[in-house]
Amino acid sequence: MSVLVYTENWDGKFKKLSFELVSYAKGVAEMLGTKTTVVSIGNVDEAELAKLGNYGASKILKVEGDNLSSLDNQVFTGIISQAAIKENASVVILSHNNTGKAIAPRLAVKLNAALASGLGKLPLSVDPFTVNKKVFSGKAFADVVLSSDVKVLTLAQNSFELIENGGAAVIETFDAEVGQVKTKVKDIQKQTGKILLNDAEIVVSGGRGMKSPDNWGTIEELAELLEAATACSRPVSDEGWRPHNEHTGQTGKIIAPNLYIAAGISGAIQHLAGVSSSKCIVAINTDKDAPIFEAADYGIVGDALKVLPEFINAVKEIKAK
Amino acid sequence: MKIAVCLGNVPDTTTKVKFVDGATLDKAGIQWIINPWDELALTRAIELKEDAGNAVNSVTAITVGGKDSEPTIRKALAIGADDAIRVDAEPADAFAVASELAEVIKGKDFDIIMCGIESSDYNGSAVGGMLAEILDLPSVSAVSKMNISGNEIELDREIDGGKEVVTVQTPFVAVVQKGIAKEPRIAAMRGIMMARKKPLDVVPSTGISANAEFKSFGLPQPKAPCKMVDPANVAELVSLLQNEAKVL
Repeated sequence: MSVLVYTENWDGKFKKLSFELVSYAKGVAEMLGTKTTVVSIGNVDEAELAKLGNYGASKILKVEGDNLSSLDNQVFTGIISQAAIKENASVVILSHNNTGKAIAPRLAVKLNAALASGLGKLPLSVDPFTVNKKVFSGKAFADVVLSSDVKVLTLAQNSFELIENGGAAVIETFDAEVGQVKTKVKDIQKQTGKILLNDAEIVVSGGRGMKSPDNWGTIEELAELLEAATACSRPVSDEGWRPHNEHTGQTGKIIAPNLYIAAGISGAIQHLAGVSSSKCIVAINTDKDAPIFEAADYGIVGDALKVLPEFINAVKEIKAK
Repeated sequence: MKIAVCLGNVPDTTTKVKFVDGATLDKAGIQWIINPWDELALTRAIELKEDAGNAVNSVTAITVGGKDSEPTIRKALAIGADDAIRVDAEPADAFAVASELAEVIKGKDFDIIMCGIESSDYNGSAVGGMLAEILDLPSVSAVSKMNISGNEIELDREIDGGKEVVTVQTPFVAVVQKGIAKEPRIAAMRGIMMARKKPLDVVPSTGISANAEFKSFGLPQPKAPCKMVDPANVAELVSLLQNEAKVL
């Protein structure tokens, strides 16, 4: 028996999300009294792979190949399922990001496994295997019992603490059968030099209360100062003031940063569904009855256009100290 | 070319959910809608059909649900789907829904099968991928743009920190997200009248059982009240974030 984790790599590198996954898998493995194996697909060097040992991986199966640099859902599902069978995995864990969402459901079918997705905490029990997950976009929680022999779980990003334990992993080359790649990538367009919204520990977000796209300079200045990502509410992206990939909310991005600063956002229930897992929410809004204040930890009733520049000055002062 | 769009019937996104004995959703007073991502998928499917440059012959809306989900599938017909299929089964979990959908879709020669990336009720992000695996078809997920050129489909797929332009041959499953269509289409009166005459097939459940059981439900703990800071003293807020919340 074992717990198997799949972590993707970004141009041959892992990131915090990868270490969260391994830390989580190690926790599940301890509950089951077993060990954690990682399967890595694509070209990653040994030094990078070795980092995963520190978070609890006992073994790493590496599957390399130049045709594995971009995702083909069927090919990746095939490789991970072969690894799960080889390792006799009873639980397979992936991220609840776009890659995990693409593969996990396919993998669940292939392994005759039940799937529980978007988890933030360790299982409540392993016999019966019970997890607690958010439902109705965070408006409720459910205890879900997975009755299959194998279980597939996906972990929400930024929801599980990293646990370093100084361990070392055995790295093996895994000769998996790679199926036919049917998804052909014609072009890749990457954001460069910006902190990604899903990775960010701090997010500065603007709503219609910012009044005009011309006023986004202060949002960007504050974000840069705090090494934060920028985000926006749905009306702002619908108006074309900001790109769609900045829209946080139920149908946009669901994020869980340590600090979410909502400037001029009223906090419609759909917006809160995307940000309510943030550890700390700051709201700046002219309307004292705006629903954002019910979700916020700290609030200022005031015009975001006046408050943000003062916020920036105050941050500069503490940075100078 | 034939397109199928899989639709979920979910509570309106503004619903304050309640549960009976912490075990089942209290359906009293709930407005039911097409799951928002599925509605965007349907909108894009209809746009593709309307563009005469694409040889799209039909858009079929498919749902798994009891008789009470019929208004939702009728709405899909009113928006512009040509015909609809309802599998007469209560949606127990993602696997059961995907299995029921696969049974209906098998042998119908759909070229593109579209699903939303998530449902706003159980947030599983699972049905589309499971369906593709059961049908042994390629799938592309997080699709934010889709165009047809011959029997090759060109898609934008969102990745961490950007997007990829990918192509795939039909038949395949497209799991779509925000961006695939600008705004969901709203049914016009003419469409609502026409929808009454469009075919809606009701097919029996195959009785495939779920493998995840939603045992109990609970509501989040009420949050501590928001600490208000004087707008004349923004520095105090920054100091609280640094020293009390310890997030700066």
